[in-house]
Amino acid sequence: MTRPESKTGIVGWGAYVPRYRLKAEEVVRVWGFEKSMPQNLFIIEKAVGGPDEDALTIGWEAARNALMRAQVDPAEIKAVFFGTESKPYAVKPSATVIAEALGITPVTMASDLEFACRAGSEGLRASIGLVSSGMMKYAMAIGSDTAQANPGDVLEFTASSGAAAFIVGPREESVAYFEGSYTYVTDTPDFWRRGLSPYPLHGEGFTGEPAYFHHIISAVKGLFEELGLGPEDFDYAVFHQPNGKFPLRVGKKLGFPKEKVMPGLVTPWIGNTYNGSAFIGLAKVLDQARPGQRILVAPFGSGAGSDAYSLVVTDKIEEKKPLAPTVEDYIRRKIYIDYSLYSRFRGIIRRITA
Amino acid sequence: MRKVYVVGVGMTSIGRHYKRSMRDLFAEATLQAIDDAKGEKPQALVVGNMLSSSMGEQDSLGALLADSAGLRGIPAFKVEAACGSGGAAFFAAYNMVASGMFDVVLVAGVEKMTEHITATVTRALAQAADAEYELFYGASFTGLNALLMRYYMEKYRVSREEMAAWPVLMHENASQNPFAQLRFKITVEQVLNAMVVADPITLLDSSPMGDGAAAVMIASEEVARKLTDTPVRVAGVGLATDSVDLSTRLELDDLAAARLAAEKAYRMAGVEAGDIDVAEVHDAFTITGLLSLEALGLAGRGEAAKLVAEGRFRPGDRPEVNLSGGLKARGHPVGATGVYQIAEIAMQLRGDFPGVKASNPEVGLAENIGGHGATISVVVLRR
Repeated sequence: MTRPESKTGIVGWGAYVPRYRLKAEEVVRVWGFEKSMPQNLFIIEKAVGGPDEDALTIGWEAARNALMRAQVDPAEIKAVFFGTESKPYAVKPSATVIAEALGITPVTMASDLEFACRAGSEGLRASIGLVSSGMMKYAMAIGSDTAQANPGDVLEFTASSGAAAFIVGPREESVAYFEGSYTYVTDTPDFWRRGLSPYPLHGEGFTGEPAYFHHIISAVKGLFEELGLGPEDFDYAVFHQPNGKFPLRVGKKLGFPKEKVMPGLVTPWIGNTYNGSAFIGLAKVLDQARPGQRILVAPFGSGAGSDAYSLVVTDKIEEKKPLAPTVEDYIRRKIYIDYSLYSRFRGIIRRITA
Repeated sequence: MRKVYVVGVGMTSIGRHYKRSMRDLFAEATLQAIDDAKGEKPQALVVGNMLSSSMGEQDSLGALLADSAGLRGIPAFKVEAACGSGGAAFFAAYNMVASGMFDVVLVAGVEKMTEHITATVTRALAQAADAEYELFYGASFTGLNALLMRYYMEKYRVSREEMAAWPVLMHENASQNPFAQLRFKITVEQVLNAMVVADPITLLDSSPMGDGAAAVMIASEEVARKLTDTPVRVAGVGLATDSVDLSTRLELDDLAAARLAAEKAYRMAGVEAGDIDVAEVHDAFTITGLLSLEALGLAGRGEAAKLVAEGRFRPGDRPEVNLSGGLKARGHPVGATGVYQIAEIAMQLRGDFPGVKASNPEVGLAENIGGHGATISVVVLRR
């Protein structure tokens, strides 16, 4: 039986990372963390959204890059899913703003999704369903965040800003087609942010074994079983990247050598972009993948859940690569700022105005 | 007073038991102990626990746990003496059997720590200190032990490297204990370079947070003879107290309560410190383990660190100390720790401890501390 996923593929991909960087050693300096902390987390620096950037503008940048690569009529995109946990508006969709700015409106679905760091991925899986069913030709999933961290929390080393977007369309137009997808969710309270609370809280070690590792491993193994594939069949493995260490460790547990994980690893240099995390990793892999190669992608969101996708790269990828900036271009483009500017840019300093 | 025997033991592994509640852990250890005692049901239950009230929002622990193990109806209550709760619970249970009121009593220690974030656990553990004179000023339990460690190192001119020999030995022993939380070896360099928790205490000087439960069934001689050919006799018990706050101690580096409790227990058992073959001592931090060795008479004042660094107290030495890996590496589910220690010593005397085995021991000792020496129990067991 043909799996519905295999009728679809990614027809355009795009990423965006803000240019400002905060070095991990700066967080050590300000908060008095152990000097070994950045090394333990495998985090060198993180991207910081500028004062005029939010998850919406960052998501729009990535979506525009995806559209430039897809070269499809925006009006033919009939769904825009915006996955974030840093919505500029609690009520008022960001997806409509992006859709309008890209010429996708008005005859389209548009909604914001929330599932911690894997909301964008839920949008991707929904896009596969909508396209494979024939309801529409193209759908777009965006993962974007300006992640928040309680000042002084260990999360401050990694919580960063960035986005990636994918346009799902017919397999024959795709740069990489889907072979299968699998989702695994449970009620696991490892990380949360209450309404009106500016920063999330987390269960420390609880975010590891019972949350990140259990869910990703369960989703990936489920996918392996459905497709009859194993780690040796994949050329790349991209996982959610809350820090630099976890994706390498989960890769190892699943039987992937470091060489297959490193090409999609971005967090050590731009931080954890939450909904952008695994998505930017996938975008970076597409920037360098060759036709015929197989890619595993497994986003994760606290709360908790993970998706696993298998993609096979097609001949069309080469002509699309140069149509928009690569992830590497964005990683290299950087301006270092200190903790003071970071505080101002991210609204940590509260200023009272008349 | 009647003679009292250990007739059954049980314990869970110590770790992050995310999927198991306090009830589950308690039931596992208890049912093991009952099985070990050939199915003999206890007439009463004494629970050692520290944090159920402050952190778990659970009082009425005796009734709750008795019910969870199918023992609804029996007398049951909790004994709290901070980290020394397990040993204090055993002390109470011992007296219940020795007095003739009960023939079979179950002592169980249980603690569930990892459902809470570090800040919450640290705050709850700090209640082991004197609230009015220490806690309210922001002193954490680790901070107070750091004071002790620095004082000890300066007074006896002990180097940081010498102090590190203790956790290295603990991890070595724990690496073979299937119930231990930290089953890996470490080096002196790793101890020195580990994250500083409260200078000079590093992460590897400190016991980990973990969940666990242990249970010990004790019985009168009559019942013990009926149940087992290898009963372990509770030869001596001692429980003593000291000031809860450090500032009014007569000598900062003297665990006076351990000395007093040991004197009582040794006299009751008719032994001296030199007769102890195997011991489990309370090493919540490196300094705690060393001060314990000295107060129990197993090392001279100010000598413990140097003796450990010279290779004493290892497997094959006499006494063999903390073959379980101690609080440092076996783990320290606070209110349960004292019961783990007694169960481990009983198994060493029976010869069925599944980790590093003692060298044919006759006399064993378990020492459990509440606070930084406020309540200390010493139990001497004999084959």
